[in-house]
Amino acid sequence: MLHSKTRDAVIFQIGLTIFLSLILLTILIPFWRVIVTAFIPLDIYTREGVPFLLPPTQWTLEAFKQLLGHSMFPRAAWNSVVITLLGTAISLALTVPLAYGLSTRNFPGRKLIMTLVLFTYLFSPGLIPVYLLITGMKLTNNYLAIILPPAVSVYNTLVMMSFFEGLPEELKDAARIDGANELQLLLYIILPLSKPILLTIGLFYAVYFWNEFFTPLLYLNDNNLMPLPVLLRNILISASFNEYVEYDAFSSASLESLKAAGVLITMIPMFLIYPWIQRYFTRGTLVGGVKE
Amino acid sequence: MRVKTLTIPPEVRSTNRFDFRKLIRSMWRQRWLYFLMTPTLIYFAIFKYGPLWNAQIAFKDFKPLLGVMDSPWVGFKHFETFIHSFYFTDLMTNTLIFSVAKLVLGLPLAVICAIALHETWSVRFRTFVQTMIYLPHFLSWVIMFGVLLVILSPGNGLLNTIIERFGGEPIAFLTSPHYFRWVVILSDIWKETGWSTILYLAALLAISPDLYEAAAVDGATPLQRIWYISIPGILPVIVLVTLLRLGHILEAGFNQIFVLYSVPVYSVGDILDTWVYRQGILQFQFGLATAVGFFKGVIGLALILSANRLAKQLAQQGIY
Repeated sequence: MLHSKTRDAVIFQIGLTIFLSLILLTILIPFWRVIVTAFIPLDIYTREGVPFLLPPTQWTLEAFKQLLGHSMFPRAAWNSVVITLLGTAISLALTVPLAYGLSTRNFPGRKLIMTLVLFTYLFSPGLIPVYLLITGMKLTNNYLAIILPPAVSVYNTLVMMSFFEGLPEELKDAARIDGANELQLLLYIILPLSKPILLTIGLFYAVYFWNEFFTPLLYLNDNNLMPLPVLLRNILISASFNEYVEYDAFSSASLESLKAAGVLITMIPMFLIYPWIQRYFTRGTLVGGVKE
Repeated sequence: MRVKTLTIPPEVRSTNRFDFRKLIRSMWRQRWLYFLMTPTLIYFAIFKYGPLWNAQIAFKDFKPLLGVMDSPWVGFKHFETFIHSFYFTDLMTNTLIFSVAKLVLGLPLAVICAIALHETWSVRFRTFVQTMIYLPHFLSWVIMFGVLLVILSPGNGLLNTIIERFGGEPIAFLTSPHYFRWVVILSDIWKETGWSTILYLAALLAISPDLYEAAAVDGATPLQRIWYISIPGILPVIVLVTLLRLGHILEAGFNQIFVLYSVPVYSVGDILDTWVYRQGILQFQFGLATAVGFFKGVIGLALILSANRLAKQLAQQGIY
């Protein structure tokens, strides 16, 4: 775009910067507040509440030590890791073949399969029929109850399908002429070229499973199986509805700090993978393959 | 029938038989493809069509001991109960208020943000703002609940600290029927607006730079440039998104409300989905709850199909 630096244009830029900075502040201030609350020492908290700024020398890791030292929290974190890894693996294993199959034009039954898949996307019978199916299959207190019902997202399948469709047809034809069957074609030709889309869709599945909170609450009654979001909510709720929740009486961290620290710990994996997700927002470009 | 069969010319019959053989042959040629897709198709049969089969209890007096198949049919009884019940209006009102307000307030803000980002000269500033405003989209509503508590709680919430500093009384935003709807609407906008700018930004980047250059040569002001080039350029996307959102108008955000609401705000916060959960799972009214879910599904299907048709006419492109 041409940047004609007239007076009007400069004033406009200043206005834009102020506007975007305000938007930025509405995002940053709440997170800042969570961070300060998590690191505040008990004596300052009881004396003056949560200040907006806290001198760096005063920060304490007490709340994190408390949470991670309690047996519940590390176990819940581990459970979340298991659900996320297992869920993502199963989701990809089921999504890739369907997306690849649908990206193949003109095989008998493609249209029928496409219609059946799309219908499940457009019409959802709601919560109860799924609940009856899962309980009927005796999957309560089993991670499969959380992983399987949402394992294949039709939307993700369609995104992946259009990526496969974009791969050069000559590549597949060449492999077919060399006598490769569809299975070999997928494993040795298509998948190595599809890393960007596998990573993108995989990360979206992973984010979903890491965040999933309602179905664990619904299907898991065993506290030892509880994932992080469920535990975090219990911590948050007990604190917000009952001022005198029992926690370690010798604790040197306030309840508010424990809550905020819990929020931060649950956010850590998101922060770690976020740069990766960001990088693959735009559709991965295909390098190499067929040289014209 | 017999006479007709006899009158079919032999070459046509042979063509038919030929087609059938060809079908089998091309299916055999693609046997690996079917083999590959079989696990996913079985998965769909069980986990996507299984619930559809179970949905028949919307028309049955479901008894867990009898099972889905053997429970007696009751026709539209559950649907009538629901539509004539006193909670019907409340649930529909809450559901529509949430989804319409999120759309009407959130969409213009997203468009404005996208245009502002697109107009900014500094690439580094733009990238930084983008990175930050996309972030909340990836956080769960449980985490968001924690963030909201830090801002809104009556004790040490930031907003209440400010209110008290100015001599006001602290407000229990999350449990007050007066404020709860605003909490839901604004927190959703806070979380999702950044992410939804992506679509508009992509559309803005697709506008030909020639148009902007021509406008610069003609001495257009920044506002004229936005009004006459940017907005018309992304209008199809705005229309498309609006239609898509209208198609999902009965989705008011189950996860969000389920995490945020509590008994004091049921009257202003309860939506179809949360009600289905409480009636079905907590009160064991499986038939009635399924009927409400089914009702919602059918309306959703009708809306999304009409939205798609409208989108095809208005923006010359369908959603599916």
